[in-house]
Amino acid sequence: MQNLQQQWFGNVRADLLAGIVVGLALIPEALAFAFIVGVDPRVALYASFTIAVITAFVGGRPGLISAATGAMALVLVSLMADHGLEYVLAATILTGIIQLILGFLGVANLMRFIPNSVMLGFVNALGIMIFMTQLPYLVGAGTMTYVFAIGTLILVYAVPRFFTAIPAPLIAIVVMTAIALFSGVKLQAIGDLGTMPSSLPTFFFPDIPLNFETFKIILPYSLALSIVGLLESLLTSQVLDDMTDTPSNKNREARGQGIANFITGFFGGMAGCALIGQSVINIKSGGRGRLSTLTAGAFLMFLIIVLGDLVVKIPMPVLAGVMVMVAATTFNWGSFKFLRSAPRTESIVMLITVGIILYTHNLAIGVVIGVILSALFFVAKISRVTVMKNENVYAIQGPLFFASTTKFIQAFDDVNEKQVIIDFENSQLWDESAVGAIFKVVNKLESKGIYVTIQGLNSSSELLYEKLL
Amino acid sequence: MKIAVAIDGSENAMRAAKHAIMLAEYLPRVMLEIIYVQDFGKAKDERLLAQSPESLALKREQKIHPILAMAKESAVDAKVIMLKGNPSQEIINYVNEKKIDKLVIGSRGLSSLQEMVMGSVSQKVLKHVECPVTIVK
Repeated sequence: MQNLQQQWFGNVRADLLAGIVVGLALIPEALAFAFIVGVDPRVALYASFTIAVITAFVGGRPGLISAATGAMALVLVSLMADHGLEYVLAATILTGIIQLILGFLGVANLMRFIPNSVMLGFVNALGIMIFMTQLPYLVGAGTMTYVFAIGTLILVYAVPRFFTAIPAPLIAIVVMTAIALFSGVKLQAIGDLGTMPSSLPTFFFPDIPLNFETFKIILPYSLALSIVGLLESLLTSQVLDDMTDTPSNKNREARGQGIANFITGFFGGMAGCALIGQSVINIKSGGRGRLSTLTAGAFLMFLIIVLGDLVVKIPMPVLAGVMVMVAATTFNWGSFKFLRSAPRTESIVMLITVGIILYTHNLAIGVVIGVILSALFFVAKISRVTVMKNENVYAIQGPLFFASTTKFIQAFDDVNEKQVIIDFENSQLWDESAVGAIFKVVNKLESKGIYVTIQGLNSSSELLYEKLL
Repeated sequence: MKIAVAIDGSENAMRAAKHAIMLAEYLPRVMLEIIYVQDFGKAKDERLLAQSPESLALKREQKIHPILAMAKESAVDAKVIMLKGNPSQEIINYVNEKKIDKLVIGSRGLSSLQEMVMGSVSQKVLKHVECPVTIVK
């Protein structure tokens, strides 16, 4: 891995430029995520600023962009609705502590256990939910709303064909907002729904009673936020590792996410994590080092403070149009092909993950159940044991462990030979159940007067067999 | 002489590769360069559709391997050029920088929907490379 100096100053010019592009690209989504949670835009903008700046220093993946995200926003919706902002901030702080502890415990190593079918379910449900959150701003608000939303969408998709230096959503927002202002069309604007920050965030302690009752309210949310945030952050780290052909320290990234959320809560920001879209924009724009992330966060805050008065004039249908694009990019359209070509169990895991998330409105529950389900399917898959009989030789194929012993025992239900050989050449004993099953079969056969020979145990199986018997 | 063929794992690219190998067979002292660009625009989806980083690497290998095998069978000297970024831009840069004598490319790649939105790679490449181009249907 590169040393710290390279991570910071190995790519200064490109990092600064990419950071500026990403800073621009962060604004529309931060605003929209604030509206999803139902908090003032400040809460998301402050979060994006502090999280980006802090992860630039303490993250494990240089070039990764972390800020307020849709996934975290969706988890926070009901906490905000039921208990208010102070609890959202407290949950953010607790999330930071949990992620930090998990990072120290090496949580990133568990990433291997999350199959891609669950991750697909996660991003697809996320895309659908982001889309759903935009419907209230689009449906039933008059013809002009549709006109501006569709106009925005056309620009967002058409502009990159000709021009890619500035993120297309931002161009679309500027153009459509200008059209709205000069044509005098009456549309709901950001300023009608919230206020923009005019200063840097300040440190304060969330105004909550410090008791067990509070803890009980925020803990489930913090656990969900921790899972969702780490999943998206580690997934994004992997994508950047692949894009840049460089390794990264995933456990350090987990701890970095924790530190960032912990501090962000005290500065009035909501929990966040890595953003796949913006991180990819960063790498595409040439960003590689920590400086790009720092620049992105700092430039975002600079823009908001300078241009806050203009930002409030952005019409909501325009922002919603951009978010429809974000939802469409979040959704993995290759999933339909995946459903046709992947093993059936993986398709089922993906669909169930999506289904549970959409039903419970909780990304974390979907992920946890998806992982459990795929683990069960995996055990079922590898627990297939076949016994091939050739004269008096019974050849065992497949691993012998707690889930596969029943079939093994059944295979010896009616043996007629006087002498049998059980061949374990193509098998492996994994646990007590395996040794116990062999013991049971041998006993049963010998009680019928059949002479049993065991052969072909590989060395580790033999070792286990002798240790337990 | 250097002939390059740009591939992306599609049927169309396979036909382009076959054509490039055929050309190479008829020419003396020719090096075939097989260009594969890892598209940054698809980085996220590729990772999600692969079981693990290792299986992703295998999937990429599977796109190149059959073409390399075909070249070997035809006794054509071939090497693989792996690039990363925006496919059309990377192909154009490479072909112009390395003074490739001829480029062979398929007329359309993997996703027709994306080409509708982003414009076709072959059209963009055709416009900006400095060498003769053969577009294979």
